[in-house]
Amino acid sequence: MTDIHLKMIFGRLTWESFPIHEPILFGTFVVVVLLGLAIVGAVTWYRLWGYFWHEWFTSVDHKRIGIMYVILGIVMLLRGFADALMMRAQQAIAFGANEGYLPAHHYDQIFTAHGTIMIFFVAIPLVVGIINYVMPLQIGARDVAFPFLNNLSFWLTAAGAALTMISLFVGEFARTGWLSYAPLAGLAYSPDTGVDYYLWSLQIAGVGTTLSAINMVATIIKMRAPGMTMMKLPVFCWTALCSNVLAIAIFPALTAAFFLLMLDRYVGTNFFTNDLGGAPMMYWNMVWIWGHPEVYVLVLPAFGIYSEITSTFSGKRLFGYSSMVYATVVITILSYLVWLHHFFTMGAGPAVNSFFGIATMVISIPTGAKIFNWLFTMYRGDIRFELPMMWVVAFMLTFVVGGMTGVLLAIPPADFVLHNSLFLVAHFHNVIIGGVVFGLFAAIVYWFPKAFGFKLDPFWGKVAFWGWVVGYWVAWTPIYVVGLMGTARRVRHFDDPSLQPYFVIAAIGGLIILVGILGFVMSIVMGFVKRAELRDTTGDPWNGRTLEWSTTSPPPAYNFAFLPVVHDLDAWYDMKSRGYQRPADGFRPIHMPKNTGTGVILSALAFTLGFGMVWYIWWLALLSFVALLAVSIGHTFNLNRDTFIPADEVASTEDRRQPQLGMGA
Amino acid sequence: MTDRMGDIRETDIRWHPTEMEEHDHGGGATVLGFWIYLMSDALIFASLFAMFGVVSSSYAGGPGPRQLFDLPLVALNTALLLASSITFGQAIPHMEAGRVGPTRTWLAVTGLLGAAFVGIEFYEFAHLVQEGAGPQRSAFLSAFFTLVGTHGAHVTVGLIWIATMLVQLGQHGLTGEMKRRIICLSMFWHFLDIIWIGVFNFVYLFGVIR
Amino acid sequence: MKRAYGLPVLLPLAVLPFLLGGCNMVVMNPTGDIALQQRNLILFSVGVMLLIIVPVMVLTVVFAWRYRRGNPNKVYDPDFDHSTTLELVIWSCPLLVIIALSAVTWTSTHLLDPFRPLERLAPGVPVPPDAKPLNVQVVALDWKWLFIYPDLGVATVNELALPVNVPVRFSITSTDQFNTFYAPTLAGMIYAMPTMRSELNAVLNKSGDSWGYSGNYSGRGYSDMRFKLRGVEEAEFNNWVTQVKAGGGSLALSDLVELIKPSERVPAMHFASVEEGLFDRAVNRCIEPGKPCMIDVMRRDMATGAGHTHPHAVPTMPPGHAAEPLIGGKPKPALQKAPEEKGSGPNVTKPAQSDPPGGLEPGSVHNRDHQ
Repeated sequence: MTDIHLKMIFGRLTWESFPIHEPILFGTFVVVVLLGLAIVGAVTWYRLWGYFWHEWFTSVDHKRIGIMYVILGIVMLLRGFADALMMRAQQAIAFGANEGYLPAHHYDQIFTAHGTIMIFFVAIPLVVGIINYVMPLQIGARDVAFPFLNNLSFWLTAAGAALTMISLFVGEFARTGWLSYAPLAGLAYSPDTGVDYYLWSLQIAGVGTTLSAINMVATIIKMRAPGMTMMKLPVFCWTALCSNVLAIAIFPALTAAFFLLMLDRYVGTNFFTNDLGGAPMMYWNMVWIWGHPEVYVLVLPAFGIYSEITSTFSGKRLFGYSSMVYATVVITILSYLVWLHHFFTMGAGPAVNSFFGIATMVISIPTGAKIFNWLFTMYRGDIRFELPMMWVVAFMLTFVVGGMTGVLLAIPPADFVLHNSLFLVAHFHNVIIGGVVFGLFAAIVYWFPKAFGFKLDPFWGKVAFWGWVVGYWVAWTPIYVVGLMGTARRVRHFDDPSLQPYFVIAAIGGLIILVGILGFVMSIVMGFVKRAELRDTTGDPWNGRTLEWSTTSPPPAYNFAFLPVVHDLDAWYDMKSRGYQRPADGFRPIHMPKNTGTGVILSALAFTLGFGMVWYIWWLALLSFVALLAVSIGHTFNLNRDTFIPADEVASTEDRRQPQLGMGA
Repeated sequence: MTDRMGDIRETDIRWHPTEMEEHDHGGGATVLGFWIYLMSDALIFASLFAMFGVVSSSYAGGPGPRQLFDLPLVALNTALLLASSITFGQAIPHMEAGRVGPTRTWLAVTGLLGAAFVGIEFYEFAHLVQEGAGPQRSAFLSAFFTLVGTHGAHVTVGLIWIATMLVQLGQHGLTGEMKRRIICLSMFWHFLDIIWIGVFNFVYLFGVIR
Repeated sequence: MKRAYGLPVLLPLAVLPFLLGGCNMVVMNPTGDIALQQRNLILFSVGVMLLIIVPVMVLTVVFAWRYRRGNPNKVYDPDFDHSTTLELVIWSCPLLVIIALSAVTWTSTHLLDPFRPLERLAPGVPVPPDAKPLNVQVVALDWKWLFIYPDLGVATVNELALPVNVPVRFSITSTDQFNTFYAPTLAGMIYAMPTMRSELNAVLNKSGDSWGYSGNYSGRGYSDMRFKLRGVEEAEFNNWVTQVKAGGGSLALSDLVELIKPSERVPAMHFASVEEGLFDRAVNRCIEPGKPCMIDVMRRDMATGAGHTHPHAVPTMPPGHAAEPLIGGKPKPALQKAPEEKGSGPNVTKPAQSDPPGGLEPGSVHNRDHQ
């Protein structure tokens, strides 16, 4: 076997591609493999493959898919957070003669991976997962509009995440920052596998996200319960609608930008090169046309979550529902008009800069109105400070500071000094942790009993809460300060020793957040251990107001034996207060989609296609592509996609649910 | 908010829909969903158009549109694609009326016209590359090949879809599901026509006239 | 329960003074007039925004406390969900703040536009009518800064000396990567981009040394891509120029070809003489011999667009004028690579070495992405 043969078979995959000379990394690799084998072994031993395959992997049930999304998000959060801690440790020690423990090519991969993973494989899966689980229940539907597509979307996201994860042990990840700006990410300056991993994993996951967004929009528009007009749509569903419309509008720009960069790297085109007429700045424009609205794609559903929780735990209707809806819509539209504020300093001229600056500030008006609406929902309420509500209050106090620094950064001359400094980094962590992450934790605590039938352990939940809130402030306040001391982002090594104390404090803050993360994991574990005493026996543990609380915890596969008719915004509260009685007979067969393994297969093929392309293994890529096409076409020949749950099966399920439901009304 | 508690007596309230109402629920989602997909695809094309616009005169010392484009050939291609949209339009009334045979025939004609379009485009590309005006020559040519090529790839997907539909119509006839698929396919095909009109004007005509 | 909201708001307030004590926040305490105005703008805007942020934070805590379930003396009104008056207030308060800030944004963006020539040296001190700005050309290289003083005929690397109270006009570009020219004490940051020329007008008011950086990640040497900013009195500046001129060393095009090769942590360099037009060559990407200048290529492209196949451009920047653009030098794209050209995709997550390979060696291939 000559070298050429090897190259034809394995592309640029060589022994060098594996960290075999690297004790720490190889050790991690071995542990991960052993852990994986242990899990595979255990699943085999307990004969659970069938269960996982039939009940979960191939499931088209929006609830199962939602849960899988959230699990993916949490697993990737652990990876992304490990990266964060490594960066904090490096910046805390790398001063003067001390180079720290991470060389540039490692540190640069870490900050790239951290940003990429946290946005694409933590925030997006968590948001999409929660929308997936909650939204159909809230609109009184039995599933989403395209159940198979939903399964496919999840597995494509998972395939993208897997491709990113594998870059840790095979080859390397990009060293170009989380948006992989051209021209640095072009072939001339980044010839290795990192940027290819980046492009292929995000492209595959991006297809999943776009399909999922289309699915959610069609679901909200077409599948609402009878009587649920748009102005009776729960606020969370409104924010989910706007968020997904926005995702559909922006992801094409990112897909196109990545596609063009791929062509530059694989075909030798000149889109984002310095020479032969390339226009690298166009890449910046395209990724930020995606990038800025993406923040709102994430934060709008979080706003919806806060609205639902504030209303429920204040025991009140949401204050200013319609202004909340208009605010959401206005934010959606405006967020498309502000991308240029990410590069004021490129010299666009004062008129253009002021336009984009002012457009950015205008977004804070509807956002401010939302904050006031939550405030006045609390006003004259009867507030129960359970964990979800604690997260809301922490959010309000944290987020306004991030909003303020955001408006500050929108003023072009102020941005000239703060742009690309650690002040900016502190700002967007302030809004993303304080806005999105707190909201996601609130949502998980709030809807967990609905999904699993028992609440999370409250003690460990509080540990998680305090760890995150205190940790956030300890970690990021000093970063704001070093930003004002003129420190740029992504710096690996410092000369000025007066900066060191701040980075040490920030590292301590990171450790406090670690306590929060461990507390969160413990709250799940201990919740499971103590599930008997934390059991939700009513289906409505928080005295909720929307339709998801009108069914059992967890809901049956078909969600509702009879679809509800909606008469009021807080539909379930309305039903409860008007003495709604559940029908005990007259059940009808329920039409449901069948599970299918096609989504898993297509995503696995997308993964091998990506892997083949990253490593220049052309035969594998070609084979995967042809198979992808064949399986897709084959899928359209399968018309046997639906099934009916017979009426007597519905009746017996409802009988079992009756004890819970009886108490709920 | 008008029908608050107490306004209506409880017995009057209907909390659940009838079987018929439930059955009709959620119809038309496929067409809506497909339309939304087309909108997002349109935005991908918009990005490619924008990219082309930015580098449309960056020839990097190489040839420009006046030296490269063979307008009569492109006009022929445009005519083929527009004609294919008309032939697809012919298939729709037959589909509505449930006539499988004519529906298949018109679909097949559409497919042939589409295949001719792709064939000519392939010839044009091969010719340009042979002349040394490949996508690597300049940013302008990169953007040209990418924009036109992406459209061509879409038409190719359309051809595969048409072939699949021909087979499936033979298997199942014009069931509700098949009708829905043909409607989506026709939306896709007309969408590609609209995109092509943009390409023809923006890339070829403006390129030569300027 | 009450601690649920007490700590988050108190914590930053408690930590802040401790954090701020004794630190030198350059951005808040600059030595240049432009940075000073930017500082003032930041303080003003924060002040205006605090008018609304502080009441919101206080109200959050007050409402959370007053309307808690455990409080028997509260009004509970579960149907209070609308009030036109309140809605008006809710929307108009942020609106007013944003109107105020928008006005400030519009004016300050125009007044502090980096392309706008200076009108004052310091608050109340207009630029003397006969003052000629000092021209400095900034070129971001991988990974060091080149400063050319075209009026003085000298150049430096990683050291920028400026006379105080003299307006300075920077012309900024980059050879390969997007960087930002960032001297926090002098003025805000401006992107240095290949093929583009940016401008910055600024003035330094106090003498003293500080640091400047690149603010945009540009590859492995980015962290140490910094320059010393030396603010000196005018007389001392003239001395400095004389010293540089006496120090010898010259920067001709052929030297620049060597200098642009990637290198890290380059110590400060001085050049007593500089070949003319280097900056224009950097902007036009024609430093390497035989490479045509962008400006000539673009002129040719315009002719091509107008239908002329044989453009008659006037030679402006030899060599390379009207030459066919170099296609070589571009890496071979993945799909064209023969099997043996695929190379290897190494895993480079290796522990820190005492000396990065090729790090201090200008032009070493190891400075690029490949290990």
